Amino acid sequence: MFKKILIANRGEIALRVIRTCKKMNIGTVAVYSEADAGSLHVKQADEAYLIGKPPVADSYLNIEKIIAVAKESGVDAIHPGYGLLSENPAFAQRCKDEGIVFIGPEPETIAAMGNKLEARKTMEEAGVPIIKGVNIPLQNVEEAISAAEKIGYPVMLKASAGGGGIGMQLVSGEEELRKAFAGNKKRAESFFGDGTMFIEKYIPDAHHVEVQIIADKYGNILPLWERECSIQRRNQKVIEEAPSPFISETTREKMLAAAVAAAKHIHYVNAGTIEFLVDSDENFYFLEMNTRLQVEHPVTEEITGLDLVEEQIRIAAGEPFSIKREELKREGHAIEARIYAEDPVTFFPSPGKITALSLPEGEGIRHETAVYSGASVPPFYDPMIAKLIVSAETREKACQRLIHALENYKIEGIKTNIDMLLATAKHEQFLKGNTTTKFVEDYYLPLTKSVKK
Amino acid sequence: MALVKATMAGTVWKIVVSEGEKVDTGQDLVILESMKMEIPIAAEESGTVKKIFVQEGDFINEEDHLLEIE
Repeated sequence: MFKKILIANRGEIALRVIRTCKKMNIGTVAVYSEADAGSLHVKQADEAYLIGKPPVADSYLNIEKIIAVAKESGVDAIHPGYGLLSENPAFAQRCKDEGIVFIGPEPETIAAMGNKLEARKTMEEAGVPIIKGVNIPLQNVEEAISAAEKIGYPVMLKASAGGGGIGMQLVSGEEELRKAFAGNKKRAESFFGDGTMFIEKYIPDAHHVEVQIIADKYGNILPLWERECSIQRRNQKVIEEAPSPFISETTREKMLAAAVAAAKHIHYVNAGTIEFLVDSDENFYFLEMNTRLQVEHPVTEEITGLDLVEEQIRIAAGEPFSIKREELKREGHAIEARIYAEDPVTFFPSPGKITALSLPEGEGIRHETAVYSGASVPPFYDPMIAKLIVSAETREKACQRLIHALENYKIEGIKTNIDMLLATAKHEQFLKGNTTTKFVEDYYLPLTKSVKK
Repeated sequence: MALVKATMAGTVWKIVVSEGEKVDTGQDLVILESMKMEIPIAAEESGTVKKIFVQEGDFINEEDHLLEIE
């Protein structure tokens, strides 16, 4: 087993990884930017190294600097968390070249799944259903229009290198596509350095359901059931839960089988998530694969009793699974609400200083956060500042617990989305499990308008 | 005369107009960047850009003055 791990991340996920390392008696090394000098991950790690100025390009994305710290501190492995360098094949390769274990899949796997267009083709080969679309990059708007005509509007215009909803737009006709194409291509170029675009058929009333898998180095793949992550704003998840309130047991079995087939086909190792869109008839289609730990991994931990960070570390250290698929247990229902530092109506970021913080405590309530009263939320990083995870025997009880916890969640000094989360959790459509990706638009936003005007 | 203010705290990512330039209602003036999100600030009325108070890369707070339109 590893003696020391460097955590190439910040915020709640850095603390999350440190916690498991401590449990496993593994030493921890934190890296931080000038903006994070007072952060908890710096205090809680055994060692901490300043790696640069606040912008991520100068610090958390600075491969040279992070590798230098890894060598200086003598770590065996690096945990990348999520975001930042977690899905950067060059970083994973560099770790490998330096003889440091990257806690995640092989660089080739990351690269193959990072290219969404390539991933589509690969999954089709693996026999996983994909959304009707084009398997070739669209060079210009004319090619995009002819592709869209073949598929039929409405379509989703997507960036092959995309993520977090960037470079992605729903387009309902030719005129809109003309307007959207160049802008999204440019955004993809500036954000990801790759402006390759493609088109998929738009699926209305879809649910976002993803399957968590873990795979050891010996070809054993364990599907850890699904998470429903349909409640989104700006194409980013806000509330996630496990199991999905929507799919039937038959669909669930089919989706788990598809996820295992997908992982097997690409010889996947470590923790990964296969994301699907599920239409109103429960047909499911491959969306993308995330080759890292997900933000919403705690809901899977709550229903399985597993520690996914520990599983990741054991896999990376070369241990085979100690359990078989038949021995896995799923129990109860868990829901995660992401607390964002943002305006609850416009969803504009709201960095600043937290003047007071009080978190609800009680049975079935779990917190993952790195903020505290007096902490500053810097404008340089993701606006997610905390995760509230509730669990109970049934979905109904978990929903009640979520509402109660949110009502007692106090953050002052910055704007947060807590009112939005609460309005969602209390909404009859949410309580019914009618959680499509259009939820915020169809049910939440109209609510804010009727109240304000 | 109208003062254009920042709708959120963050950095000035791009200034897309220059002093003396005529702008129309709805035209983007400045693009702010915060927490991985770009927010374009558009002109609420047409006019001429009289003065720009910020530079690209500046850190600004919500309500800070960005530019003046006449």
